[in-house]
Amino acid sequence: MSNLTTAPHLSKIALPGAKLRTYWEHCIHGILLACATISIITTIGIVVILLVESLQFFREVSIIEFLTGTKWSPLLKPQHYGILPLFCGTFLVTAGAAPIAIPVGLGTAVFLSEYATPWLRDVTKPVLEVLAGVPSVVFGYLAVVLVSPLIKAIFPSADIFNAANASVVVGFMILPTIVSISEDVLRSVPRSLREAAYALGATKLDVTVGVVVPAAMSGIMASFLLAIARAAGETMAVTLAAGGTSKLTLNPLESIQTMTAYIVQVVLGDTPAGTPEYRTIFAVGLALFMSTLVLNVLAQWILTRVREKYE
Amino acid sequence: MSEAISPRVPLRVAPRALPRVPTGQDHEDLTKHGIKVTAADVNFFYSEHQALYGINLAVPKNCVTALIGPSGCGKSTFLRCLNRMNDMIDGTLLRGKILLDGEDIYQRGTDVVELRKRVGMVFQKSNPFPKTIYENVAYGPRVAGVKKSVILEEIVEKCLQQAALWDEVQSRLNDSALQLSGGQQQRLCIARALATDPEVLLMDEPASALDPKSTAAIEDLIFELKDTYTIVIVTHNMQQAARVSDQTAFFYEGHLIEVGRTTDMFTHPREKRTEDYITGRFG
Repeated sequence: MSNLTTAPHLSKIALPGAKLRTYWEHCIHGILLACATISIITTIGIVVILLVESLQFFREVSIIEFLTGTKWSPLLKPQHYGILPLFCGTFLVTAGAAPIAIPVGLGTAVFLSEYATPWLRDVTKPVLEVLAGVPSVVFGYLAVVLVSPLIKAIFPSADIFNAANASVVVGFMILPTIVSISEDVLRSVPRSLREAAYALGATKLDVTVGVVVPAAMSGIMASFLLAIARAAGETMAVTLAAGGTSKLTLNPLESIQTMTAYIVQVVLGDTPAGTPEYRTIFAVGLALFMSTLVLNVLAQWILTRVREKYE
Repeated sequence: MSEAISPRVPLRVAPRALPRVPTGQDHEDLTKHGIKVTAADVNFFYSEHQALYGINLAVPKNCVTALIGPSGCGKSTFLRCLNRMNDMIDGTLLRGKILLDGEDIYQRGTDVVELRKRVGMVFQKSNPFPKTIYENVAYGPRVAGVKKSVILEEIVEKCLQQAALWDEVQSRLNDSALQLSGGQQQRLCIARALATDPEVLLMDEPASALDPKSTAAIEDLIFELKDTYTIVIVTHNMQQAARVSDQTAFFYEGHLIEVGRTTDMFTHPREKRTEDYITGRFG
């Protein structure tokens, strides 16, 4: 059939409808190609805009000051353009989210892949998907109305808006990423390895801790990296809950500002476009993009290697 | 665990020319060491599907028992019943009794973990852990509670020598086991199974994925191991069954058709179906 449509020059089989069909096949091919091209062009476009605007910015502000300065106040005189406080804010939220998400996420993944009965797994997985589907703005105001008073009750000195609020909810937001990827890699550990261990008189715990988790370790690490990249790029919850003071601090109880929250502040504010203050958002955006890109590429690279190992 | 460390086996069995076909002498009395495992009226089910029908089979101690038969005849299923490996498959059910030294391993309260330390297994496809060579062999003793590295080292060396692998790997015990060749990996899996010092060794087509040279190495090994262990081996290869086993059991469509001394079975099979199978008329 496909020969008919792609080889119209063979006159004996060039039936009346063949030419039209060939034309139609070409059209479909073209439409699908256009779809694929749109996403590629968009990606390239975003990167180009970030680069061009950032270059413009770095003509006015030295890149050294940007990367090493410890004060960030582009909107107030005297202006300072050191990204470290924002970077530190993002780091603080991420570093606070990881100790929540990593153990709980890995524990859930191990439970689902090794211990849960099929019935329990069928119930738990959709619930996790619901968790993944909760809009981040909801997490944001839950952080403000629920988590913040709690933290204030335990640590009276804490600011109302602080990094810890955001850490807690971001920790739960990135949980599904860790669970779903880790569970996949745990389940892809060949059954034969489990059988080998059981046949040696290993208990379920021996098999899980001594064989299955180590065999899946690289994939589990990849899930952590992807989750951390998500945490770093998270915007809504940190904008609402972490405060708006760019501050170089490692105290999670203080109000801080992340890179993403700063971008929100500028875009929503009345900073005139075209000024260096305004262009900061492209430089900050580029810095954020580079960080998450590195994490994502690293994680994908690890996951590809995991798949090769067991195929 | 002191059992596992006592050198029940001489550290190195001197290489010798092995008779490739067992002589009648080896088979004078299969049961002179007693019976190790007995299956009594074993029926086995995968959910609705019955895979084994009323199997009665005695496995003599310190002998090699070969299970033969066409694909899907239930020989692997039967083998996996002997260390309760089938428990891991959902919806399986065994009716009947399997006795190990006279005790029913399917009775209530059987410690399956303990059972599997006594009944080791080597699988069809070599399945080393993605760990070092050393850690692969040390895994069994470790989960059994052996912690002292001196003892572990001793066990690892002893078992690798028994599995005729020591000379090839002694200089690279800390390399990944996955770097070994297929034949070496399978011998490593045998060494790993020996490290828990089992009484019975189950082998599910251990040489089916190997080249002739590795196969010969493993057959020699089986021959040496039967002095110490009771071995049950599933094989597709008639010559292999004839070469390594003392007793042969022929399975067909879930039934045990015939069981007897290997020499008798391959020269004068009692059943027509056995004769047809071993002469290659079907299978």
